[in-house]
Amino acid sequence: MGDDLMPGAPAPAPQPSPPRQQAWDDHRIEVILGDLLRSGVVLAAAVVLWGACIYLSRHAHEPADYRVFRGEPSDFRTISGVIQSVISGRGRGLIQLGLLLLIATPIARVAFSIVGFALERDRMYVVFTLIVLAILLYSLLGSGIGV
Amino acid sequence: MTIPEFTAVVAIVAFVAGLLGALTGLGGGVVLVPLLTIFFHVDIRYAIGASLVSVIATSSGAAASYVKEGFSNIRIGMFLEIATTFGALLGAFLATRIPTSALAIIFGAVLLYSAYLSRKPRPPAQRSLPPDPLATRLRLNGSFPDLEGERSYNVQHVPAGFSLMFGAGALSGLLGIGSGAVKVLAMDQAMQIPFKVSTTTSNFMIGVTAAASAGVYLSRGYVDPGLSMPVMLGVLAGSLLGSRILVKAETKSLRLVFSLVILVLGLQMLYNGFWGNI
Repeated sequence: MGDDLMPGAPAPAPQPSPPRQQAWDDHRIEVILGDLLRSGVVLAAAVVLWGACIYLSRHAHEPADYRVFRGEPSDFRTISGVIQSVISGRGRGLIQLGLLLLIATPIARVAFSIVGFALERDRMYVVFTLIVLAILLYSLLGSGIGV
Repeated sequence: MTIPEFTAVVAIVAFVAGLLGALTGLGGGVVLVPLLTIFFHVDIRYAIGASLVSVIATSSGAAASYVKEGFSNIRIGMFLEIATTFGALLGAFLATRIPTSALAIIFGAVLLYSAYLSRKPRPPAQRSLPPDPLATRLRLNGSFPDLEGERSYNVQHVPAGFSLMFGAGALSGLLGIGSGAVKVLAMDQAMQIPFKVSTTTSNFMIGVTAAASAGVYLSRGYVDPGLSMPVMLGVLAGSLLGSRILVKAETKSLRLVFSLVILVLGLQMLYNGFWGNI
């Protein structure tokens, strides 16, 4: 090894480390999930932008006022309300649908991670991921938004 | 201001916040809520709802590029997400119950702490720590590509890190931010995870954590489409551009400016909270 440090000696070629099966699998899962997340965000942003065009063209001369908190009407608070307002062609309904898609992207990542850990036969992390998914679904459905 | 004017101005501010947040690594959401409440007189609950949505967009949008670098640790992320999502759920329920002035005061304190943390030099990374039995059982230890090839690390103090992450999740749910400051405390300092691994892993976690409180916010009517639209699109565009030019940019002076902005906004939030202006 000492010879390599002599001046003028060629630099030692980096030894390719033997592939570690588990780390590689983890990485492959993550790359797939990363692409999944990005397409979700692009889709969500496109829907929001589309809704924005309708919303802005219809409310071009109204004043913007968010000083007083009124809370959103139920059209924008529940999944069924959002879908209803999208069907009736409302811009803000479309924006809200895009935001719902956006919220769904990390949830989809967690759901797909379960598959990844199951493929690796990592039972402990399948359970951990199921716990996270249960909390996420409870937040979405248990808080009344599903109605 | 008419709705189109308001939308344009908010989108520009959100774009700049997202850009600076990505360039400095401090996150854009943390300045958005104070900017919206102080300068645009938006009710803090609407501001928190819009910021939370932008946090998810930034996290999911950047995930693909972070993942390819091979720094993030999916097991650390998933294990700690149990703590952050529980915390976020609790935080979101608390947010709907405590007065808005209290929210402003907590927000101000978090901003001051973030400003302090961003000025503090990072302690040099410890080279080799003995494996911790609990971290080994949970398979949290890993390795990442470094200049001299793969560098492995052993995660320390798992219970302390897990509890701190619960706190980070609660703050995220309470204030609609990514709460990067607490995550740094938990992962860098308590668990001794290398900086690159902790930042990329926490980027992943931020989106999942925010999604846990988003349902509560949406069903309580905190997420206004007219306000969330420019905030989400602006922050997303800004942070994507920021992560592209990150390599070339001189971030040191930028970091100083941004942490001063955070400091001033923190003081303003405390003032407004204590005098009941929010």
